[in-house]
Amino acid sequence: MKNENLYNYILGIADNSLILGQRMGELCGHGPSLETDIACTNISLDLFGQVRSYFQYAAKIAGDKRTEDDIAMLRKEREYKNVLLVEQPNTNFAYSIGRQFLFDVYHLAFLTELQKSSDLTLSAIANKCVKEVSYHERFSSDWVKRLGDGTEESNQKMQEAINDLWTYTDELFHQTPADIAMVTEGVGVDVTKLKEKYYKQVSELLQEANLEVPESKWFQKGGKEGIHTEHLGYLLSDLQYMQRTYPNMEW
Amino acid sequence: MSEEQIRSLEKQFDERIARDEKIEPKDWMPEKYRHTHIRQMSQHAHSEVVGMLPEGNWITRAPSLRRKVALLAKIQDEAGHGLYLYSATETLGVTREELYDQLHSGKAKYSSIFNYPTLTWADMGAIGWLVDGAAIINQVPLCNTSYGPYARAMIRVCKEESFHQRQGYEIMMKLANGTPEQKDMAQDALNRWWWPSLMMLGPTDDKSVHTEQSMKWKLKRKTNDELRQQFIDQTVPQADLIGLTIPDPDLKWNEERQSYDFGAINWDEFWQVVKGHGPCNKERMKARVNAWEEGEWVRDAAMAYAEKKQERKQKQAV
Repeated sequence: MKNENLYNYILGIADNSLILGQRMGELCGHGPSLETDIACTNISLDLFGQVRSYFQYAAKIAGDKRTEDDIAMLRKEREYKNVLLVEQPNTNFAYSIGRQFLFDVYHLAFLTELQKSSDLTLSAIANKCVKEVSYHERFSSDWVKRLGDGTEESNQKMQEAINDLWTYTDELFHQTPADIAMVTEGVGVDVTKLKEKYYKQVSELLQEANLEVPESKWFQKGGKEGIHTEHLGYLLSDLQYMQRTYPNMEW
Repeated sequence: MSEEQIRSLEKQFDERIARDEKIEPKDWMPEKYRHTHIRQMSQHAHSEVVGMLPEGNWITRAPSLRRKVALLAKIQDEAGHGLYLYSATETLGVTREELYDQLHSGKAKYSSIFNYPTLTWADMGAIGWLVDGAAIINQVPLCNTSYGPYARAMIRVCKEESFHQRQGYEIMMKLANGTPEQKDMAQDALNRWWWPSLMMLGPTDDKSVHTEQSMKWKLKRKTNDELRQQFIDQTVPQADLIGLTIPDPDLKWNEERQSYDFGAINWDEFWQVVKGHGPCNKERMKARVNAWEEGEWVRDAAMAYAEKKQERKQKQAV
């Protein structure tokens, strides 16, 4: 493939939306209230919309017969490039919100920068997504505050979720070879430059929400290289079920 | 209020309805009118919300990104319908918590069709095409019903439902024109959903307890049997068009009536499901009750947070 770095770079971005969208989709019909149910479904819907834009572009770059669905549903587990954070399960609502919040703050900062990409398609996609994601970030931040500063029980649950998910935050700022190549070409975003602001923003919000900022400096990474947590395989078996069971059909 | 005064109010009320005037939340209304509307409107809202579950099953397994997005959007519409139907019901002086209690305790009903399982992707097509199709036939007349908030909610609901119905039919069309496996999947879904969809239009007229009063209040404009016939006459040609077979050996065009004759409906099955013994009644209710109970700490937190915020604001003002 001529533009392999660009192709891999796009997958790295889109897989985060794909896997997080799948997780949020699991909640549909099971939310704590009808209003939150609608909001979570809406976030899932936005994320899958973004995935389609990215993968349609990636399919064009690949220039062979592969489609957006082939890219989304027919790769092997080790070929998915999402960060570990987004594949973490919906243990309870605090975990779903915590995962969303820790990703949204990064996602918004990332897309804001991606709008300046020299690749016009990526910049246009980022421009569309940034509006959606700023809503996601507001939604998840508001809920972190409600849960953190709500009742004793909700505070404990939110704190536990943040503590557990914290270990996956550092990976957001890790660069793969494709990332570095794309940054050099002016296409990609240098995520290392987003790190300081990210932790500052997240920490301030956690403090406002009456939550402690975890002090742990032990982090997990690997998702960007396709080394995932055990959770991803189960998620993919649902995601890929139809395409694997009924190959080469149109739906 | 004396009985005579009540009778006079009732007379004026009936006359307003006869003149096609809308009844609004603050208007005087007979208690029976209020209760009948709470029952029917909340049943409708519950059906939207429980109806999210069988389709929600397939969000994570939708066969393509395009279908996944469309399914998510559809279920989100249903949650939205639930939301404004609950709000419309609340205008009659009942709270959403009370309505949920009635659902969770089994006192309130919801559409029985959602107690059937969704086993294959084709069920997403069949639900859109048949279940939403039958729902539209039930609901279009309600856009002109006498209670204002309900009538207005139904206008929006019907617009979205008719989009869902086309979307469902399009899923079926794609399958029916696909590989033999896909066509089998579509036919199998039609076989399983056809009869329950006919039952959605309600018991036969001689067994329907609410028809007469509901007709007077324009909660109903046609009888169950008329609606069912309309649904069958509308749906059979759609099945023909995509080469699927309606699973009824007695189905036959009646030249004289200009309608389809159809076979006997298994009303024992209908009552079994209505009374709580369908294939998924327990699962559906358990999912709703779980969502509600497991969400309690979240709702409590939101309330506590709102109160704290309010207090802080008041302190600042002082």
